[in-house]
Parts: sequence; C-alpha cells; structure tokens
Amino acid sequence: MILVALVLPLVIAAGIVLAGRFSDNLRESVTLVGACALAWVVWGLLPEIYAGQRPELSFGEILPGLSVAFRVEPLGMLFAALASGLWIINSVYSIGYMRGNKEKKQTRFYTCFALALAATIGVAFASNLFTLFLFYELLTLSTYPLVSHKGDEATVKSARVYLGILLCTSIGLFLPAIIWTYHVAGSLEFTPGGILEGKIGGADVGLLLALFVFGVGKAAVMPVHRWLPAAMVAPTPVSALLHAVAVVKAGVFTITKVIVYIFGVDFLFSTPSSTWLVYAACFTIIAASLVALRQQNLKRLLAYSTVAQLSYVVLAAAVLKPLAEIGAAIHMVAHAFGKITLFFAAGAIYTAAKKTELHQLRGIGRRMPWTMTAFTIGALSMIGVPPTAGFVSKWYILAGSFQAENLLAIFTIIASTVLNAAYFLPIIFMAWFEREPEGGKNHGEAPPLVVLAVVATALLTLGFFFFNGSVIELEKQLVQGMAQ
Amino acid sequence: MDLTPHLPALQVIVPMLAAPLILLLQPRGLAWAGATLVAIFSFFIALTMAVAVSKGAHFGYDMGGWTAPYGIELYVGAFGALVLVIVTGAAALSLLAARASIDSQIELERQPLFYSAWLLVLAGLVGIVVSADAFNIFVFMEISSLASYVLIAGGPDRRALPSVFKYLIMGTIGATFYLIGVGMVYMMTGTLNLADMESRIGGVTDINPILVAAGFITIGLALKAAVFPLHVWLPNAYTHAPHMITVFLAACATKVAIYVLIRFDFVVFQANLSGHQLQFSLFLMPLALLGIMVASAVAMFEGNLKRLLGTSSVAQIGYIMLGASFVTEAGLIASAAHLFNHALAKGGLFLAVACLAYQYKDLRLAQLAGAAKTMPYTAAAMVVCGLSLIGVPGTAGFISKWLLLSAAMDEGRFAWLLVAVILISSLMALVYVWRIVETLYFKQAVAEAQSPKEAPGVLLLVTWVVALANIGFGLFPQFPLSLSSAAAKLLLGHVL
Repeated sequence: MILVALVLPLVIAAGIVLAGRFSDNLRESVTLVGACALAWVVWGLLPEIYAGQRPELSFGEILPGLSVAFRVEPLGMLFAALASGLWIINSVYSIGYMRGNKEKKQTRFYTCFALALAATIGVAFASNLFTLFLFYELLTLSTYPLVSHKGDEATVKSARVYLGILLCTSIGLFLPAIIWTYHVAGSLEFTPGGILEGKIGGADVGLLLALFVFGVGKAAVMPVHRWLPAAMVAPTPVSALLHAVAVVKAGVFTITKVIVYIFGVDFLFSTPSSTWLVYAACFTIIAASLVALRQQNLKRLLAYSTVAQLSYVVLAAAVLKPLAEIGAAIHMVAHAFGKITLFFAAGAIYTAAKKTELHQLRGIGRRMPWTMTAFTIGALSMIGVPPTAGFVSKWYILAGSFQAENLLAIFTIIASTVLNAAYFLPIIFMAWFEREPEGGKNHGEAPPLVVLAVVATALLTLGFFFFNGSVIELEKQLVQGMAQ
Repeated sequence: MDLTPHLPALQVIVPMLAAPLILLLQPRGLAWAGATLVAIFSFFIALTMAVAVSKGAHFGYDMGGWTAPYGIELYVGAFGALVLVIVTGAAALSLLAARASIDSQIELERQPLFYSAWLLVLAGLVGIVVSADAFNIFVFMEISSLASYVLIAGGPDRRALPSVFKYLIMGTIGATFYLIGVGMVYMMTGTLNLADMESRIGGVTDINPILVAAGFITIGLALKAAVFPLHVWLPNAYTHAPHMITVFLAACATKVAIYVLIRFDFVVFQANLSGHQLQFSLFLMPLALLGIMVASAVAMFEGNLKRLLGTSSVAQIGYIMLGASFVTEAGLIASAAHLFNHALAKGGLFLAVACLAYQYKDLRLAQLAGAAKTMPYTAAAMVVCGLSLIGVPGTAGFISKWLLLSAAMDEGRFAWLLVAVILISSLMALVYVWRIVETLYFKQAVAEAQSPKEAPGVLLLVTWVVALANIGFGLFPQFPLSLSSAAAKLLLGHVL
C-alpha cells in the first residue's frame, strides 16, 4: 500500500498530462478521482497504525547506510492523511479558482500539484533521513513551477527567493547535518528514542540541532522564513494547500521527527545546549505576529501568521515533553484546517472581487456571507477560541509547557494569542460591521465550487474541536516510553 | 579462440587501425558510420573488461610476447577499467549522436579526416589508460593531444584557432615536463615500466633526482588535467570547439590525465619516497580548494553557455583532485566515482548544448531566453543533468558529493573547512545552473516565439539516455562504486 501511495500521485500526474491534451473537464476529473483514490489508499493504512503495526517498504541500499526506505509511523501517518485528505477539497477549490480567474497553463499547474503530493507522501513515510531529504528536495523543485506560475518579472523574482532560500538552506545546512549525524551515529534510521544519545554531547548537540532547524528552511524559523511571504505570489490554491499545509508542514514535520527519532526527546531534554531552540521559536512567534500586525495585504498577513504558527509546532516539539509532542502533532492538523480555510477565503475574495488589501474588505461580509463566515471561523481557530481546532492544540502545547515548567513558552503562547487577536479581530470587525465605500464593484459570492471548499474546511475546523479523540489516540503512540 | 586475454591490446589497436581506414570511406555518411561502429565496439571491449575486473580479475598483457620490463606491458585494473568505460562510452555516445551536428559544422569532404582524427584521439586516450609503461603513456598522450588539436580547430568557429594554439603550447609544456620527469626516473632506475620503477626506486641511493622528477611529472600532468591554476587553456578550447567535440573531450580528456597523475603518484612515488604523501596532499589540496571556489565563482558570472560549463569543469576537476589529495580510501573512492559521475553530468549538459545549437547559433545566455518553449525536451534534459551537476539527491552527482563529504569529515582538524568549501561551491553550482534554467524557462524570448522545433532524433535520444543515466546511477550506483572502491584499494595498496 505504501508503494501505491507513492506511485499513485505520479500516475495521476501522467494522467493529467495526457488528459490535458483532450479536454479540461477530463483533466480535472482525473485530478479529482486521483485525489480521492490517494486519500482512500493513505487512509486505508490507518487501521494498521492504530493496531501498532509499522508497515515498511525498502528499495535497497544506495550506499552503505544510505537506503531509500519507507516506514509508516503515527506522525507520518497523520501528515500523509492530512495532506491527501485536504488535496481532495483543494482540487475542488482549484477547479473553481483556476476557471474563475482564467489562469493559463492549467495542465502544468495540476501536474506539478500531483508531483508535489507525491513528494509530500514520500516525506511523510520516509524511514530515514536520506529518504526524507530526497523527497524534501523533490518537494521544493516540484513546487517551484507552481510559485512562478504567473511568469512575469516580479513573480519569477519572488520564486527565485523561494527556491534560493529553500535549496540553499537544505544543501548548506541540512545536508551537513545529515552527514554529521551519519558520521557520529553510523545510521540515519528514524528510531524511537533517537540514535544520537551517547554519540555526541555538549555544545555539539546545540550546533547540530541548529543545522537541522535552520537547514529545514520549510519550517520557516526566523531568519530563514523569507521564502514564505515571497511564495505568496503563487495562485491561492498553491498557497492554501502547499504553503499552509504540505510544504510548511513538511518542514515542521521534519523538525519534530528529527527531535523525536534522531535526537530522542529525553536525550535533548537532558542536554542544556539544546534549550536555545525554545528561544528561537518564541522569538519567531512574537516577531512574526508583530510583522503580521503591520501587513496591509491579506495574503502576506496570512503568510506571516503561518510563520508564527509554524513556530508553535517547533516550540511544542522543543518543549520536549510528551504532552507537548502530542500538541505539536495536533497543531499540524489544527493549523492546517484553520489556515487552509483562511487562504481559501482570501482566494474566494480575490476571485469574486479582485480585492487583495485589508482596507478594501470593509463590509464585504454582506456580499460574501459564506466566505466571510468561514474566514471568521478560521481566524478564531488561529487565535485559539473554542469551539475551534486551534483551541485543542493550544491546550496540549500549554499543558506540555506546564509539564516542563517552561515559563517562557507559557508566556509566549499567551502573548501571541493576544497578538493573533489583534490582527485578526479588526479584519472580522471591518468585514461585518463597517459600511462598504461607495462606488465599489458590485459582486456576490465566489464560484460555487470555491464556496463549497471554503465551507468544507471551515466545518472541519469546527468539527476537530469535537472529534479529535482518534487523532490524539494515534499520536499517543508517538510518545510511548518517554519520561513524563 | 578466446579473445579475452587480448582485450587490452584490442582496446587500443581497433580504433588505431580503424583511423586510417576511415579516410577511405569517402561517400557521404560512411565515415561517420564506420567511426561510430568502431567506438561502440571499443565501448563493448571496455565494458567486458570492466565486468571481469569488477569480479576481481585484472588484465596484464605483454605486447608481442616480450615480457616486461623488456617488452611493453599493458595493464588494466579496476581504476583503468573505470576510466576506459568513461572514455569509450563518451566516444561511442558522442559519435552516435554526432552526425547531424557535424554535418552542420564540418564540410562534407573534410569529414573522413575529421572522424579519423576523432578515432586517433580515442586510440590515444585508451592507449594512455592501458599502458603500464611510462614512455608509452607519453607516446599515446602525444597522439591524443595532436589529434584533439585538430578536432578543436576543425570547426567553423575561427576563434578556435587562438584557443587551440594556447592549448597546444600549454599541452606541449605539460607533456615535456612529464617527459623530463620520466627521463630522470629512467636515468636513476634504468626502467620505464611503472611496476618496475616502483620496485627499483627503493634501491636508488641518491634520491634527489627522483624528487625533482616527481615534481616535474606531477606539474606536467596537472597541466594536462587542467588543475587550477593551470587550467587557462580549457574554457576557451571547450567553448570554440565543434559542439560534439566538446561533449567528447569534456567527458573524458582531462580525466585521463588525472588518471595518469593519480596512478604515477600513488603507484610509483608513494611506495618509495617518505613524506611524498604529505607533499602530494599539501601541493594538491590547496590548489583543488582554490580551483573549486574560484572556478565556481567565475562560472556564476559567465555569459556564454559553453564557457560557463567549461569553467564549471575546472571546479569539478578540483573535486576530483580534492578527493585524491586526502590519500585515504574514502577520498579515492569519492574521486574515482566523481570521475564517472561528472562525465555523465557534463557530457549530458554539453549534449543538450549541442541540441540547442540547432536553433540558436549564438550560445550566449542572453540569446537563449525562452528556449524551453522551442525545445522542451532538450531543456528538460538540461535541467536533469544540471541537477546532477549540483548534486541534488537522486542524481549521480549526489553520490560522489556525498562520498566526498563523508571522506572530508575524516580529515581531522581541517574537516570543517573542507566541508564548508564543498557545500559553498555546491551552492555556487546551484546559482550557475539555475541561471541557465531560468533563462531557458522563465525569460521572455528575444525573437518571436517559434513553434517547437527539436534537435534531430538521434541526438535528442542520446541526450536523454545520458540524462536518465544520471538518475539511474544516482539510484543504483553499484557498478561505478564497486569499480571505484576496488580502484581505491588497489592504489592504496602501494602506499608505504
């Protein structure tokens, strides 16, 4: 099944290219059917994981100790299930958005999207750092054409920033970190409890951790976050699925995985030189929220909000306590639901009204009630207000921080909640309660497919508050055997 | 009759005897067909030997039945077999793809001469590899060099003449240095056979002439191998040569010189001269590091596609020398593997350049804007080979870069400097490769967009075979690696 999950998106990509020659409808049906099939395959793996099994697949060694191999474990399972599930909704949305905006080169768009999904599944299921690195790079390369989709001078320039930062950090920092790990541990296998304990100590631990954290540029810990706002030149479906879910989550997923399976949580907790990560994450959360306060462009605001939210996951992982690790995993899901809703809404607004700036949103709630309701739910989830998904994960992260008695983390979470409210609530207020300026374009809701997708993800955001038991059950397996 | 023991001799004799015969094939296309067949045949000989060698065999051969040290000995071990595969493979593939490109660049009546010279280069290069005799190596070196001057200058580009003159002067100096060195060793030991030299130098009481000889030989060969800063002949020669000749030479010519350099230093000198190991490292490692950094930096700002790739070759040669300069097994494996992988990546890139040259006479980057629209398959092949040149995982280039990095990690105090240089230069490679990709894919075309018009089928096919080989050997590198590690063990077997 793992093999099917990996190959299926490639088959879909090929199918899209072929179908694109004949008709748009056929191409989009292939995308949709493919997305559903992939989700079916990936979700089909769930019962096994719940039962505590770890299905494996290996393609053999390339070099001694370097193998392309996959193993499904709870964290990867969650990530893959998330990405493949949201791809269905995103495909529905993409169809509405791309048609609504009459975008060009749609075949290339859908093809690269499928390729990016293949790379995401590869990242999620990788059983060692080398395989993960391989698919991590593939993900960067396959999303580049999506970011530069528009093809004009400014877009290409931004796309260059995107590619430059992601490739430079991965080759310049992530790769040496992998080689260093390999050098001291003689293995790159993700192993419960880590592989580095006793092999490396003192300040080297902090340094190696830094190479990993900043090398995984996709996690956007400051100062390697610049690619995320730059990537906002992409069409909104790309921002929504890739830069709120797949790509950025691949980043924080990698960091969490490295902390849990390479360093080992308990080993890191007992090593003082690793504490800087908490500071870095806290700084990123606060700084990115402050920058978000000052943004005038809706998508850029969402981008900086994403930077901050990603560091929540990094912070949760860096708190190094079981509850916080569970919180990291849940926040990947909660943030995905909330942020994809927000991006969908931003794209819906652009499609219907061509509005991109905050001040243009006065009174838009009356013209686009469905979209703006969804937007409100997404924003509340970002702040962490019940009954939304964001509350659940914040709860766990806070609980973990108390477990670790980490005052800085507790303070940061509280402060950033205030900041989140400070930049989201004015938008909500403006959209619903202020009067629209005279002489604006007369428009209604976005295309039905777009609205359908927005509402679906908003419902997910709400639903996750009530039905999160199965996810938490799954992730409890992640922290088995950890010191409390 | 079992021909297997005769393979080392056949490897040289077949292209060498075929070269004058090609001259007789005047009718259109026949010269090309003949030369290609010969090259493919050579390739099969090399592959047969490589397969046998990877199983642990090795080939020794006494020409005319005269045993060494009186007769001329040929020898093919693991390292030799690897280089032979590279050389003959490059020749076979480039000749196979060459026809249309050569037709457009060389007049019909000169073509038999041209192909004949091509086979002479091939004969010379394989001759260097199989020879176990220092003077014989020199002879074959001259054959291959003289013939390659002809090839480079043979194209329609008149600027090739001054470039080739520079190459000729520098190449001759290099060869002369080598000959002086060999002469001195001969003076002191009375033998030209490499194995014999190795055993006799130990008995020489006055070691100074040998030391001088080691210097002459190393520098002479470094010149031939375009080791920085002795590389100045290379970028221009590659830029102005006919496109298919660039493919062939870039893939294998300097690598043969590196092969001789490594072989001479490891087999003959290191077994006998105390401290040679250190001298070798201290001399070559800084040059390799400088070469990697400077050449990569220059390539980042180069405007002409062919010269950009040529300059990048200088940096890549730096990687190969760097691995060798560690004088460790891991380093030598990395070095040998990079010989192979760089030939794949650079050969593929230059093949793609040859494809581009069909539509774009002017190969400056500015003129190539938007070429991916007119030649989508060529551009895609170029991206694949470019990724391999950068060393993105999943491509052949990654394998050798990984090996080189892990070898560098073992280097003790300097490890971090070495790792940093390799990584920074990888990022520089990223920059210059991405400049090409961006130009091809994302810049507005200078002229009005043409309808897609690809290069001739065979050329494109070969380009894609090489591009896919870059991925194939990135995922399944066992074959070159087994040869490389056998080669490293063999070479280190001679170290004190």
